Amino acid sequence: MEPLFGQADQEHSTWTVGDLTAYIRELFELDYRLQDVRVEGEISNFTRARSGHLYFTLKDENAQLKCVMWRSNAERLRFPPSDGDAVVARGHISVYEVGGVYQLYAQSLSPTGRGDLALAFERLKQRLAEEGLFDPEQKQPLPRFPRKIGVVTSADAAALRDILNVLRRRSPFLSVLIAPALVQGDEAPYQIVRSLQWLDARDDVDTIIVARGGGSIEDLWAFNDEDVARAIFAAHHPIISGVGHETDFTIADFVADVRAPTPSAAAEIAAPDIAELRPHVQALGTALYRHMQTILEQGRWQVQSLVRSLRHLGPQARLAGSRQQVDGLTGRLEQAISRHLERRRGRLEMARARLDAVGPLATLSRGYAIVRRADDGHIVRSVGDVTAGDRLRVRVADGSFDAAVES
Amino acid sequence: MAKDDVEALTFEEALAELETIVERLDAGELVLEEALALFERGQALADHCNEQLEAATLRVEQLTEDGEIVEINVEEEA
Repeated sequence: MEPLFGQADQEHSTWTVGDLTAYIRELFELDYRLQDVRVEGEISNFTRARSGHLYFTLKDENAQLKCVMWRSNAERLRFPPSDGDAVVARGHISVYEVGGVYQLYAQSLSPTGRGDLALAFERLKQRLAEEGLFDPEQKQPLPRFPRKIGVVTSADAAALRDILNVLRRRSPFLSVLIAPALVQGDEAPYQIVRSLQWLDARDDVDTIIVARGGGSIEDLWAFNDEDVARAIFAAHHPIISGVGHETDFTIADFVADVRAPTPSAAAEIAAPDIAELRPHVQALGTALYRHMQTILEQGRWQVQSLVRSLRHLGPQARLAGSRQQVDGLTGRLEQAISRHLERRRGRLEMARARLDAVGPLATLSRGYAIVRRADDGHIVRSVGDVTAGDRLRVRVADGSFDAAVES
Repeated sequence: MAKDDVEALTFEEALAELETIVERLDAGELVLEEALALFERGQALADHCNEQLEAATLRVEQLTEDGEIVEINVEEEA
């Protein structure tokens, strides 16, 4: 090819990347047809930079075009563009040399109605909502302590690594069973459904995470598939969806029992945190010991008061012999009771030694407390366990006090 | 006392039973023998829960193309 300009006029000379790219840019800019183009497509990957410049991609079924709109033009827009909008953009084509990409430098954007993908999404969402697939009463609760968590996601993706890292940190006592599936492309919905059904058929799986890392609307499209939605709805085990980023909502999210904003968040929702469980178990051990102590003390007190009553049985005028008889009996009773208590105390001390070894008393003294509802003694583990006005009993290391729930 | 039976419990079952026992002991109204039996079982349950919490490393299995389940080793990444 004949260079238009002088820098590379020798046949075998070597270009620098910068020179070649500058040359290509000049080619674009020489074509007057590219200096004022109107192009129709659907917006995706839309971002508004802190600088106020807009970056997005225009796409149709066949191709994609990178676009930028500087702030000065963006400020004149009459509508806030967003992913899925069908628009006509007007501007010129040039090359961004630093990135090595050609792009449309858009001066104006006008909407031409909603994009096909967005429209399909809304239609399916509405239809499934009417059928009741999103109804709150259809949602299954998650098990508090799952033993095995099923994961449907791509086997090599960052999403899976994120999930495993979270589970390893929070719940190393868990098992994970991965049923890999493509999560992007035409084959993806079928594979997601197949893996989901395979996991759901297993009795040893308690919760299933369906996940995919972030991407464009098109990348996440498999999670807007009707078959995927119906498979999630039909599942016997609770399903947690963790698709894309915080701001991405897919049909799978609406139909899942719990929607997590990201794959990592799905893992956090699925798994209890060992850092919370450990003190909980230890606090229970402490409570067990203290209650037992109280029961023994009450027993001792009852025995003593019984002995006192026996002594005062009958008037002073009772025969000395009877009194002696009573004294003898109470002596034997006291001996029997103290033997009984000593035996029990020995067993309690052994248990206490074991308990101290795992450190529950230490835990309470570090500031943990056991909170119960005063009316039924139920241990409060969740904000859902109490309502405003409930009376609470709070047990700390050295005793208990009462409290009330304000809000 | 049935310690073997405690060993067979899942963490969830053991914890739930331990919570029930603590609540029953707290409520009182038990004869001493009953209270002691509950206390001992509670001890065994607490031990069992702690063992399960401490002993564990995450076990990861994957379904292969051939429909087999293989255990895989996934290195932790930052």
